[in-house]
Amino acid sequence: MSAQAHPWPGAEGGAPMSALATPGTGPTGTGATGLDDDTRDALAELLLFMADDELMLGYWDSEWTGIAPLLEEDVAFSSLAQDEIGHAQALYELLADLTGEPVDRIAYGREAGGYRQAALLDHARGDWAFSIARRFLYDTADAVRLDALAGSSYAPLAGLVAKMRREERYHLAHMHAWMVRLARGGEEPRRRLATACERLWPDALAVLAPPAGERRLLDASILTQPFATCRQRWLEELAPLFEELRLPFPFRLAGAGLPGQPRRLEPTFPEPGPEGRTEHNDDFRWLWGELTSVYRSEPGATW
Amino acid sequence: MCASAAAGLERRVWDALGEVPDPEIPVVSVVDLGIVRAVEAGPERIRVEMLPTFVGCPALEVIRRSIAERLAGMAERVEVEPTFAEPWTSDRITPEGRRKLRESGFAPPGPPPADEPAGRPLFATIGMRPEAHSPEAREVRCPFCGSRDTALENPFGPTLCRAIFWCNACRQPFEQFKAV
Repeated sequence: MSAQAHPWPGAEGGAPMSALATPGTGPTGTGATGLDDDTRDALAELLLFMADDELMLGYWDSEWTGIAPLLEEDVAFSSLAQDEIGHAQALYELLADLTGEPVDRIAYGREAGGYRQAALLDHARGDWAFSIARRFLYDTADAVRLDALAGSSYAPLAGLVAKMRREERYHLAHMHAWMVRLARGGEEPRRRLATACERLWPDALAVLAPPAGERRLLDASILTQPFATCRQRWLEELAPLFEELRLPFPFRLAGAGLPGQPRRLEPTFPEPGPEGRTEHNDDFRWLWGELTSVYRSEPGATW
Repeated sequence: MCASAAAGLERRVWDALGEVPDPEIPVVSVVDLGIVRAVEAGPERIRVEMLPTFVGCPALEVIRRSIAERLAGMAERVEVEPTFAEPWTSDRITPEGRRKLRESGFAPPGPPPADEPAGRPLFATIGMRPEAHSPEAREVRCPFCGSRDTALENPFGPTLCRAIFWCNACRQPFEQFKAV
């Protein structure tokens, strides 16, 4: 990086932006990371999942700027949006270090079908209760996922995750407060919140669905817990809260007492298939048009 | 260059960095905020490592450029490199930085929360009372009158690093630099 800094991220004619690069990584891929091809591909897939999740959430959050039910929430959701889009940017940069692809092209240069956010992040903001429920389900699942990456052997990711966890706890605390407030806030807020939870639970499971390369990531200690373990922990932590708030929690205990069958929470609805990150809805296709419109107007331009 | 000349250059680099203001709160410098992690200084190359206060801090690029511009000419090459090798935490703000924050109406951050051990219950530090929900909802002293009778209005403020409080004693809103 030279002293001739560029005014905007993604300058330098579309070269991978190195503003947030962590020492020890470079744009040259395996040579710089010391990962074999399969492990690198598995890591790239995980980074893409996480970055796309954060980018879409950030965009939907930003839609509340100016029209949130309270002035405080205008400020809060604008701030949340900025955090999440910043996280997405940093994750795309780690990905660019692995693949050598320009970071802007990764973030904005894909067709709608090439995005890999979980189905939970496909939905438009909906009403306030819907936004709170979606964010709460995402923030809790993401917290568990970040926990499983906090001790990652891939130092650039471990460093970024340590920083993200310090920020995300503010988000989680804020959403938790809103869940409690709406659940105890009288008939209408309660009904809207319950409806949103019911609608979102199946799509929320996609956040912690294991990536194809999970085995590789575990073997390399890039990931320290299987996603199935993360999901159990997530559901076990949410169960008492949803019970206390009397909100829909469509899961039942299974496998209890059988040898070799650990106690686990299973959905009472059909387990969603692997399409939770590949098939996107019309809300997302609209968002895709919005968020890529500037990039598509002049692909590869230096801004 | 002998060791003392190198040390002299490094000193001058730190002094110069002390004149680079934070673009969002210009009363404090990047050194006051503890953003500068390390300086390596030689006649060919000066390398500055900086720690972003927030991952999505929009001022990051401005800060990077300001540092590079301020140091230009002090060596043949100047490199300014943001890193997440360690997280910036608010206890990196120097005593001088805290004094300047207070004098300009910002409550300095309290002690930052420790790194959450992985696997700690998600709601371990969150109470069920919404008004006590935030890690910020601890004793925060009003920068105007010094009272501790203050209340968190919004854990999110005009920039990512600021929260909004209300002082019950002097009945004024004020901002706090977040403890992160």
